Amino acid sequence: MRSLLEKYPQSTEHLLDMLHDLQAAEPRNYLTRDALRAAADYLGLPLSDVVSTATFYSMYSLKPRGRHIIRICESPPCQIVGAESLIDLLGSHLGIAVGETSEDGLFTLETSSCLGVCGVAPAMMIGEELYGNLTPARVVDVIENVRRQDATG
Amino acid sequence: MRLARGHVLIGVNEEALLAGARDVEAALRDALEDSGLREEIEVIDTGDLGVTGRGVVLSVYPDGVLYAGVVVDDVAEIVYEHLLKGRPVERLRLPATPTTPTGLTGKQPRIVLENCGMIDPESLEEAVAVGAYEAIAHIIETGTTPVEIIEEVKRSGLRGRGGAGFPTGRKWSFTAPGEQKYVVCNADEGEPGTFKDRLILEGDPHRLIEGMMLTGYAVGASKGYIYIRGEYHLSIKRMQTAIDAAREAGLLGEEIFGSDFSFDVEIKKGAGAYICGEETSLIESIEGKRGYPRVKPPYPGAVGLWSKPTVVNNVETLANVPPILKNGADWFRGYGTESCPGTKVYTILGHIAHPGLIEVEMGTTLRTIIDTFGGGVKDGRAFKGALIGGAAGAFVCADCLDKPMDFDGLQELSAVLGSGAILVLGEDASIVEILDGILGFFKHESCGQCAPCRAGTLALKTIMGRIRAGEGQPGDLDRMIEIAAAMQATSLCPLGQSLILPIQSALQHFRSEFEARLSASVRTA
Repeated sequence: MRSLLEKYPQSTEHLLDMLHDLQAAEPRNYLTRDALRAAADYLGLPLSDVVSTATFYSMYSLKPRGRHIIRICESPPCQIVGAESLIDLLGSHLGIAVGETSEDGLFTLETSSCLGVCGVAPAMMIGEELYGNLTPARVVDVIENVRRQDATG
Repeated sequence: MRLARGHVLIGVNEEALLAGARDVEAALRDALEDSGLREEIEVIDTGDLGVTGRGVVLSVYPDGVLYAGVVVDDVAEIVYEHLLKGRPVERLRLPATPTTPTGLTGKQPRIVLENCGMIDPESLEEAVAVGAYEAIAHIIETGTTPVEIIEEVKRSGLRGRGGAGFPTGRKWSFTAPGEQKYVVCNADEGEPGTFKDRLILEGDPHRLIEGMMLTGYAVGASKGYIYIRGEYHLSIKRMQTAIDAAREAGLLGEEIFGSDFSFDVEIKKGAGAYICGEETSLIESIEGKRGYPRVKPPYPGAVGLWSKPTVVNNVETLANVPPILKNGADWFRGYGTESCPGTKVYTILGHIAHPGLIEVEMGTTLRTIIDTFGGGVKDGRAFKGALIGGAAGAFVCADCLDKPMDFDGLQELSAVLGSGAILVLGEDASIVEILDGILGFFKHESCGQCAPCRAGTLALKTIMGRIRAGEGQPGDLDRMIEIAAAMQATSLCPLGQSLILPIQSALQHFRSEFEARLSASVRTA
């Protein structure tokens, strides 16, 4: 943890980057209490300051999440081409509601206000991968592909 | 240096990548090798080619042939038929007429996007070959003063392209004196339906660096930050590559071109908060804090990043600065309207035949944008209306089709140009559902700092949700307007202040749809 932090000068302007890195280093995709504490100590800030920043931004989580974060776009351009029914489909396929993690710990379902790839709406991201022009069949395909790759890789 | 007989440009952006651009590129290189064309045809990665939603797009020069929806299996045919035998593959070809997807016709006046899709965005040499850093070099060489630059930008009439349309030169001139000042590029593009800035970041990053340098020179700043939203992985990567190359070449750093002007740029990555597109929230976020907007005044020009004078400009605004200073204010005023010179980059989406990104002159009508550049409403549907300016924008109906669109023209219609997102709605679109989506968005994105917005967004979403569910109560429509009006009057920042726009415009143009849902609930009661 320390080595991740020491890449940055000890200045609060690097806190967001540090939190990104700390979260990415944690297999369950979240900021552990230790990680938050380490960032606070490194920057000489009260823990509450770091928690305050971390809880403001939607890309950070203080709860353990799945190995793969699904972020499906619910902006108006995606909405008018069927995003709402895809969110329902993802939820029922994975057996979870938005914000929850599947029982096997593989997927967390989140929504995004806009992924900025409206030209291929409806769209979602899994980790850093983007998927566009989604249909119900394609959504299920993508999920099952990730599941297979996860099992083999 | 080897000169190639021809070039194949591959439009590499997030969308093309997910359509398999890398596989197509690899197949192309293999096929060129196999056919002995490797020395003759050069393959170049470039930014967006102006075609959206069509998968992998290739552009072949000098023929000017454009292929869309290319998959690996098509590559052999393109190489053996077109590149070897000179017979373009008609089935993959996009006709280059104005009714085709946007951005490729040569009929669009391209200022901001002139290099996007033409150069390799990861190559400094290519950017320089098409004129990057010429404006800053000329200014330093001739000893142009900061005041002269600000005057030229003022004369050009350039207005901020982030949404508010504030005159850029005036904004610069308000920057307070100080030892340390900052230039901040707002690339936290989060307005739903907007991705114009992403394509500039991905397609022509050096232009943005030069725009920031010129701004820094004009206001006396030596440090710039580009705040890019965390979801834009490719933008961040390309921008970092460009910054590294510019530093390496001495274009960024100390004593640029041997002058006493020093400037450097650093990327700041966002973490998922729409509010950070508001300039003071963005500043707070760069400082490592929650993105809470500050009370204005003081404006960032006086008290900005770390309380120092700071200029915050949008990506598209900054991308306009180098050509203005290279070609002059009069040249720029040759485009667009008297009060809004230049061009505007729009994203046209929704029920439209060819969704995508276009750059047109300010003052172009919505009808021209939809029919000429967007190919008309999708599947021959009738035009119902459009949502212009993103979620914080306004609904317009058919009456607006022939009004010139610029910052002032839209204001007359109680609409806003905003971020330039145009969501086209066909006859079957449900305004009730879209407004419900918008209010859900604001409930989620309200930062919670000030009470009117925190409580107001929740109340509005609650009311809208019950109307949509057919459980609305008498007076709900007026109640929504009342709440939004109170928020407009009392919220701290534009997020809470601007919710009145989509609500009022939806009810103004499409009230009967809402009343139909209400009367359904009254009937069941």
